[in-house]
Amino acid sequence: MNSSNPSLTVATPVGKAPVSSRQPSAAYKAWLQRQRHDKHRVLAVRLGLLCLFFGLWELLARTKLVNPMLTSYPSALWPTFIDLAQNGHLALHTWATFKATMVGFVTSMVLGIAVAAALWWSAFVYRVLDPFLVVANAMPKIAFVPIFYIWLGSDYSVYGMAVAIAVFVTIMVAYDGFQATDPNKIKLAKTLGASRWQVLRLVVLPGSVPTLIAALKMNIGLSLVGVIVGEFQSSSEGLGFLIVNGSQVFKLNIVMTAIVVLALMSALMYLVIARVEAATARRYG
Amino acid sequence: MMNPAQVASPQARIAVRAVSLNYFTAQGETQALQDISLTVAPGEFVSIIGQSGCGKSTLLSIIAGILEPSRGGVSVDGRPVTGPTASIGYMLQQDYLYEWRNILDNALLGAQIQKRDMAQARQRAVTLLQKCGMGDFLAHYPRQLSGGMRQRVALARTLVTNPDVVLLDEPFSALDSQTRLAIADEVVDVLRSEGKSVVLVTHDIGEAISMTDRVVVLSRRPGRIKSEHQIRFPSHGAGRPTPLQARSLPEFNTYFNALWNELDVHVEG
Repeated sequence: MNSSNPSLTVATPVGKAPVSSRQPSAAYKAWLQRQRHDKHRVLAVRLGLLCLFFGLWELLARTKLVNPMLTSYPSALWPTFIDLAQNGHLALHTWATFKATMVGFVTSMVLGIAVAAALWWSAFVYRVLDPFLVVANAMPKIAFVPIFYIWLGSDYSVYGMAVAIAVFVTIMVAYDGFQATDPNKIKLAKTLGASRWQVLRLVVLPGSVPTLIAALKMNIGLSLVGVIVGEFQSSSEGLGFLIVNGSQVFKLNIVMTAIVVLALMSALMYLVIARVEAATARRYG
Repeated sequence: MMNPAQVASPQARIAVRAVSLNYFTAQGETQALQDISLTVAPGEFVSIIGQSGCGKSTLLSIIAGILEPSRGGVSVDGRPVTGPTASIGYMLQQDYLYEWRNILDNALLGAQIQKRDMAQARQRAVTLLQKCGMGDFLAHYPRQLSGGMRQRVALARTLVTNPDVVLLDEPFSALDSQTRLAIADEVVDVLRSEGKSVVLVTHDIGEAISMTDRVVVLSRRPGRIKSEHQIRFPSHGAGRPTPLQARSLPEFNTYFNALWNELDVHVEG
């Protein structure tokens, strides 16, 4: 306002607090040191646990305390991994599973958000469909694997399984997020003359981004489950196929290697999502 | 005190005619407002006071066109209000800034919704934010700002689409008392300089007296107009005192006592 108004100094910007202008004190440095130290200790224990797990596995199998025919052992995995990578098209199988997971994930995300938006749009539609959704979500979708194989063929039944497993949770989580939009934020948009479509596009969707990230997190794990289950039944490629194939010829090395690759893939996807989540948390904080 | 019959002047900016509102729940029917008539002249600041639940915010929603009255009607500049219009700006109890938009984009929300010329709107938004002392924070996000600063952005957002009428629904109730006094001064300053007509709803008698030209008292539910008080500060001489100055003038206490008695406050419980 006008410069003669002394009240301008009443509110100070929180974001511009002059924290960094001074030298950090010794106590603060020590506190930071302790924080770093704690972080490192957690990391070290995690790695230790992982080593312990593989060490025990190796030891128990070597000493025949468990039957290595049934469990294989870690040191046998690496040669199998190399062998599969060179002659067994491991990259191809991994890529097939990854691709199918991405297709299922994107499809169920888009479909889920679209259906959730439709439910948000019309309370009537929501009230009609609600019990069906609850039942569909509770149903073990794995029961559909053979049917999907007949209906959709070997490729599309894998996608179909991923979508069937992931989409209902996405619908429900996204819808809950849309419903939880602060009614006053919607009222504000309405006082400015917003149409229902504008409320959806400018308030409800952007305001639900943290919820949608949570849905995304669940969705990607479930898509992977769907893909592997689909591949068990119907596919001639993918890590699920490798697992089933390996177990049928009793090559546990192959099964275990495929599972380790699967674990690495899950970890990688988790890391990517954690990044996305951290980036949005900064905005929505 | 004014005679309610004389308020229906032809040059009124806002005319509320015999508005009643009933609303229904499964438990029964409630009459929230009963036969409210009120006019606001161009450039006039009117406040509506009453206790919680007397329907004063409901009346504001009806004037804004987001709630339809059961009987009666509202017109702005002679045109009946049937839904939200660009000529009315509404400032809510809290800022409700969208945390995913920066300050400038928040201020531009109305222009975007009403599909205005965005280049022009951007220019006006920057000017208004500067006028509200927020010129240095255009690229900041709401959570980086204090409550007072956020409410200033909300004021700029209300004014970007250049409404003739601004409705204020207890706009300072979420702020601490020092910030309230400071922001009230700034808001009145900006609104007067922009020549707006203002309807302020509040339960704070001091805020009503210091900020507006006329105070309308609503009764308990169902809300009816109990009385109207023209607020003048002859001891200040010509021109209107700022809200902060008004609070230390002798007339302030006289009005305060009169309104306090009108409100007939009982502490319950």
